[in-house]
Amino acid sequence: MSLLRTFETGIRGILSHRLRSVLTTLGILFGVAAVICTVGIGTASSQSITSRIAALGTNLLTITPGSTNAGGVFGGAGSASTLTMSDVNGLRDKYDAPDIQAVAPVVQTTATMVSTASNWRTTVQGSTPDWLTTNARTIGTGSFITSKQVSQHAQVIVLGATTAAELGVSVGDSITVSKIPFTVIGVLQSSGGQAFTNGDDLGVVPMTTAQDVLTGGAPNSVQRILVSATSGDTVGSAYIEADQLLLNTHGITNQASADFTITSQSTLQSTAQSVTSTLTILLASVAAISLLVGGIGVMNIMLVSVTERTQEIGLRKALGATPGDLLRQFLIEAATLSVVGGILGVGAGLLASLLIPHFTSIAITVTAAPVIIAVVVAAGVGLIFGVYPAARAASLAPIEALRAE
Amino acid sequence: MGAVAPAAGEPVTAEPAAPEIIRLETVSKVYGSGDAAVNALDDVSLSIREGDFVTVIGPSGSGKSTLMHILGCLDIPTTGHYRFAGEDVSRMSEVQLAHVRNRRIGFVFQQFHLLAGIPAWRNVELPLLYRRASERRAAAMRVLDQVGLANRVDHRPNQLSGGQQQRVAIARALVTDPTVILADEPTGNLDSQSSREVLGLLTSLHEAGHTIILITHDPNVAGIARRVLVMSDGRLHEEARAA
Repeated sequence: MSLLRTFETGIRGILSHRLRSVLTTLGILFGVAAVICTVGIGTASSQSITSRIAALGTNLLTITPGSTNAGGVFGGAGSASTLTMSDVNGLRDKYDAPDIQAVAPVVQTTATMVSTASNWRTTVQGSTPDWLTTNARTIGTGSFITSKQVSQHAQVIVLGATTAAELGVSVGDSITVSKIPFTVIGVLQSSGGQAFTNGDDLGVVPMTTAQDVLTGGAPNSVQRILVSATSGDTVGSAYIEADQLLLNTHGITNQASADFTITSQSTLQSTAQSVTSTLTILLASVAAISLLVGGIGVMNIMLVSVTERTQEIGLRKALGATPGDLLRQFLIEAATLSVVGGILGVGAGLLASLLIPHFTSIAITVTAAPVIIAVVVAAGVGLIFGVYPAARAASLAPIEALRAE
Repeated sequence: MGAVAPAAGEPVTAEPAAPEIIRLETVSKVYGSGDAAVNALDDVSLSIREGDFVTVIGPSGSGKSTLMHILGCLDIPTTGHYRFAGEDVSRMSEVQLAHVRNRRIGFVFQQFHLLAGIPAWRNVELPLLYRRASERRAAAMRVLDQVGLANRVDHRPNQLSGGQQQRVAIARALVTDPTVILADEPTGNLDSQSSREVLGLLTSLHEAGHTIILITHDPNVAGIARRVLVMSDGRLHEEARAA
């Protein structure tokens, strides 16, 4: 039997069993589409969760004065103001600290802000333009403090979203902080959750201005230094670089008598990693279950339909079909149904991944791997369970197949 | 069966030169093994010449269906030799048997065995799919016309009566122009009117020169042939008939 005629026979077989063909195709279609959508939803959630964790700043280090490992003799961390602007400038050295991306000094106090509409007591931080990077924040409206404003001791303030809302002010308005007039030049993008503190309720002013009028203290002294590593992966080496640099500049040889403490958000990082791996396992199980369910559906339809067609196989054998002819016919039938089902499934899955986020709040991110795996598995199951029972029936004596009920 | 009487009445010697088409030599078929072994065919020998019209009669379980399967190359003998047109088919491979079935034999079954999903002419065309054949539709049309169903070619089996379905099946057996037509209880599922039509059709095919072997349990049906073989307990006897 020629290939063309085998193909024709296979296609005719599909067309003459419309219900069976439609059911098989639907089984594969839904299997593939379900995998694409469930994995897509999982991928989107995973990305959203990891990006939220990244927003909390897993590449950040905080340097505070004093030591926690000196047996309590020096008092609590932060009680001694041993950090200076020269430490900040030292940390900014790209040669000594290649893995440090940005460095921001911080002085902090609590102050009462008054606007024309309201008043609000909250944290005010004095810092430099790098504050944004080292806190992994972005500006919502207006602009952040510039280096020029820092050197000019400008009386400008950037507010957190909550603070701006409580005061009822926006960019360009004037407020007073501890009775000193300030102009609001920017409002921060809401942080959506910050470790330990509410990142949306604060004000940020130039470092110099804060030291002048709010916190007082020596002009060179800083309360905290914020450091951001170039990425989450380099945070460890950034830690070592900062530690070595400060020990050198402070002239300390014994690590145990260090007059500063560096804290990293390593707990946050390990949390992020465990969340991501849990999500990956969840995704894999959901995909595997979807494939299993789809595969069993396809398998059942294929098994039933081939069993139903044992008589047809017997008849075709009696009329002169060789086992090879029959095997090729069923192979083409199963392959066509599987491929058509697979393609339609990908189409339906992609369509759903466009429509679902459009009409609901569920996000779907389609990646190539689950699409390919779903199609290969669903089509493979269709092929195996379409051909295997047919091959068995084709090897029966024609008369046994003919008598089958 | 009066209409077919002349064919059955012809003298055996009418075509003495006709070549032998089927030859069974001490053929046995055993199903199962050990104590459960059943001798479905027991040492059967038979010779059929081209153009013969032979009926095989016997009660159910007598082995006549097994005989038909062996004759139709649907099954192979346990022992003995089966020569079809001089070739020993009892030792042929499955693929070779398929070729013999496709080229030399036309089957008509009691249950018709038409494929439900396709129209009559597609059913008739089926055997041609397994050989080199062009103009399959034209060939199917020709034989459907021959069995009187030229106006039913596009009907599906469930739109046809039992008699019409069996005539489609006969057309399917004819379309390859086979050497032998094997009919297994072709009237078993038909009413008497349809039975007469089908038997009349087989008789006219015989008159047109086809070799026909008809298997039945009905003595009236068996009577239409000039040569009747009787099966009982796996053994075959030639029935002595008054002309």
